[in-house]
Amino acid sequence: MSYVIEGQTGQWEIVVGLEVHAQVISHSKLFSGASTTFGGDPNTQVSLVDAAFPGMLPVINHECVAQAIRTGLGLNAQINLTSRFDRKNYFYADLPQGYQISQFEHPIVGTGTIAIELANGETRSIGITRLHLEQDAGKLLHDQDPTKSFVDLNRAGVALMEIVSEPDIRAPEEAGAYLRKLRQILRYLGTCDGNMEEGSMRADVNVSVRKTGEPFRTRCEIKNVNSIRFVMQAIEAEAARQVEIWENGGTVDQETRLFDHTKGETRTMRSKEDAHDYRYFPDPDLLPLVLEQDWVDSLKAALPELPDAKRARFQQEYGITFYDAGVLVAEQAVADYYEAVARGRDGKLAVSWVTGDLFAALNRTSNTIETSPVSAASLGKMLDLIADGTINGKIAKEVFEDMVETGEDPEAIVERKGLRQVTDTGAIDAAITAVLDKNADKLAEYRSGKDKLFGFFVGQVMKETKGKANPALVNEALLARLNG
Amino acid sequence: MLTGLTLTEARAGLAARSFSARELAKAHLDAIARLNPALNAYITVLPEETVLAQADAADARYAAGTAGLMDGLPIGIKDLFCTKDIRTTAASPILADFVPPYESTVTARLLKEGAVFLGKTNLDEFAMGSANTSSAFGATTSPWRRTDAPDVALVPGGSSGGSSAAVAAGLALAATGTDTGGSIRQPAAYCGIVGLKPTYGRCSRWGVIAYASSLDQAGPMTRSVTDAGLMLEAMAGFDERDSTSASRPVPAFHKAVGKSVKGLRVGIPTEYRAPGLPEDVLAMWEQGIAWLREAGCEVVDVSLPHTRYGLTSYYIIAPAECSSNLARYDGIRFGKRVDAPSLDAVYEASRAAGFGPEVRSRILMGTYVLSAGYYDAYYLKAQKVRTLIRRDFEQAFETVDVLLTPTAPSAAFAQGENQNDPVQMYLNDIFTVPASLAGIPGLSVPVGLNGAGLPLGLQVLGRHFDEETVLSVGGALEAAAGFAHRPTLHAGAGA
Repeated sequence: MSYVIEGQTGQWEIVVGLEVHAQVISHSKLFSGASTTFGGDPNTQVSLVDAAFPGMLPVINHECVAQAIRTGLGLNAQINLTSRFDRKNYFYADLPQGYQISQFEHPIVGTGTIAIELANGETRSIGITRLHLEQDAGKLLHDQDPTKSFVDLNRAGVALMEIVSEPDIRAPEEAGAYLRKLRQILRYLGTCDGNMEEGSMRADVNVSVRKTGEPFRTRCEIKNVNSIRFVMQAIEAEAARQVEIWENGGTVDQETRLFDHTKGETRTMRSKEDAHDYRYFPDPDLLPLVLEQDWVDSLKAALPELPDAKRARFQQEYGITFYDAGVLVAEQAVADYYEAVARGRDGKLAVSWVTGDLFAALNRTSNTIETSPVSAASLGKMLDLIADGTINGKIAKEVFEDMVETGEDPEAIVERKGLRQVTDTGAIDAAITAVLDKNADKLAEYRSGKDKLFGFFVGQVMKETKGKANPALVNEALLARLNG
Repeated sequence: MLTGLTLTEARAGLAARSFSARELAKAHLDAIARLNPALNAYITVLPEETVLAQADAADARYAAGTAGLMDGLPIGIKDLFCTKDIRTTAASPILADFVPPYESTVTARLLKEGAVFLGKTNLDEFAMGSANTSSAFGATTSPWRRTDAPDVALVPGGSSGGSSAAVAAGLALAATGTDTGGSIRQPAAYCGIVGLKPTYGRCSRWGVIAYASSLDQAGPMTRSVTDAGLMLEAMAGFDERDSTSASRPVPAFHKAVGKSVKGLRVGIPTEYRAPGLPEDVLAMWEQGIAWLREAGCEVVDVSLPHTRYGLTSYYIIAPAECSSNLARYDGIRFGKRVDAPSLDAVYEASRAAGFGPEVRSRILMGTYVLSAGYYDAYYLKAQKVRTLIRRDFEQAFETVDVLLTPTAPSAAFAQGENQNDPVQMYLNDIFTVPASLAGIPGLSVPVGLNGAGLPLGLQVLGRHFDEETVLSVGGALEAAAGFAHRPTLHAGAGA
């Protein structure tokens, strides 16, 4: 047990389960044809169905269903061939129908797992309880008028996947790792953009504490936490609050809480007594959702390679370390970039250029992999120039910096700057002669046994050739001359 | 008398150019102007120029030889169907000024077939009722009078009471209705017309204001069984905008009428011989059985053992769905809003002012039966009963082709009667509700008058999507009964 709270009565363990709302990437909403584009002018992406006009009926969007199935498959989860939509009834101004269409008793996806990796390299498996499809609500704007609130229904009816974990998480760090891994998988699958700032991924956090070996105690749910860092902070704060209550002889009430990140504490949103009675019942406007196994199979066959599989393949195919492979697959665009560079080349050399010089350059120039000034093809060409001896590693650094600056082709840069490596042994010999002539004292020292000076001579020869000499040839020739 | 025709007769007359669609429409507008003040069958009558423009367009199509199935036929539309740019109220204060920017699928199909809309007919508020007394626009009065009490205003039945009264009195050649627990069949029976509730899924619900989504079904209310078939052809068909609509071809329903019923097996559900069923209703039922025997049907007793639970299950499921369906009337986006200091207060004030007592009571009942702790005992149990009732019918239809029952346990009653006894009021639906729960088609055919001179109807029930056999049997009853009675008030009566 890695994370414990030291209380006055002993050690406490935390128990956490996460409910993640992930906005489905789709052109239109879950039950209407209205667009889902983020950032449209208020109420410009609203159909009569979304606004719940009289007599309007929902029709399921099959692309959203496909996205939920892909996600389920990506979470190694069971796909339920029959699922059902229920109505969750409550009144609010952002909920035009007066109910949310969701899946209560029979979700489209059943149990699955996510493997998470912790900072100490340990891996853990977190259970997924279920994934279901539901509608998002609209948005209320309270800051437009001193006395009125305004309603924007652009988001009303957009498809969400609610992904519920088992209460398997035992540390704030694990919650963070879980969310990062889930987001990574969703992004790989292209089913959710995972953008927590825009609200396209949000988490409800269930927290309880217990003494080791005890059954679960009462949990509290912290609603709508919108960053991974806040999730981790909220868990710490909430767990500490609960430990204090229990240790002071109190009892934790089951309730819904909010996390105030400016104060670093949670506070009551609504207590159990105020809990809504949602009066769930099957939506009579929709038939049960029945899937063909063939369709599920074809979606499965077309799934992209997921991070864990890609990482294992990179290790094997390119001979790189588990760690490096992990860095590369963290973002699919990086993995794709790397693979374009490494394919048919030296994979280890490629990883050192991508995670070293390239990442540094991106950082320095405030670019992302998508906007990189150096394309994967160019970097690959540069590695080819190293491999075929046109340039050496040192010159490559210079060429690369030029590529970052100009975006030019590496061959063009080499030609323009005359950086082609000197492989002419005559020229190298001439340089050696010049160096040895200038450094007769050092030569004497070397010959009297000061072997370490070899490096000095190499450096001087490279300098003489303006760094362009082939280092292997220099070594060979120098050794012959010094020992001659 | 142009207002006394059937759809079939009127269409033949139009095709033969015996009269124009304009003349036909004008005759109906005149009849409405004359009789609607007394009947209150229409909530909204369309402006004369609008109606006549539709009629002129129909005349042009007849001239061009491109007339549709319903071309030039003036009809009433129950005010539960959303009609583009025409106020659609559901007879509720909350939608009193609502003008939909869209046309329901069913009315769009009727328009496509050339039908001429006269106006929007009255109904019980949100189609909740059996007497058409809960309308925010006032009750519809039946054009019929008891011979022994000619001054007593009677109900036209409900909820499609405006439609039944209009068709019976000659204020429309036909009208659309919707049936959730009997709202087409019972008012048809009370007003001496034909009413067909098709199989659930036959007509699209898109654009029809929902009462109870799993039960609501649109259908025709007409003067003949053939007309019902004809109009259903125009109304029915798959609609991708309604997930519960059936992807099936639409047969030429009207051709089923007149087909021989010889050899068909007709079941008589023994459980429907309820104690206390009035003699005149029983006698009419026996008469119907005799007529079908004469027509060559084989009549046998069948059992529908779960019938007695039908009404209670219905009055759990329908309010449950209605409590959720009507949540959208919150005063925020459309409809009546009563301003108040907080969001919850706006909801409370708008809905208190916007819903009448019957609607409020059903929302309350529905909310209750779905609540935590009661769901299993009420809603879930009612759904199980619904499954058993559907199975009862399926088993019966293994041995018989149709069932024959009375449509309602009595003839029309007086306005105000039963008003303070909701259970008695709900009993009106006892013979119609089970078919609604099962989703099977049901047809009410007027077959005679009771001792007080009021029409009585018999109901023919059939297998899922077998409206054709139902219409054949209905046609046989119609032919045998030769019902030609007219209500006391009708457009053809002397001024």
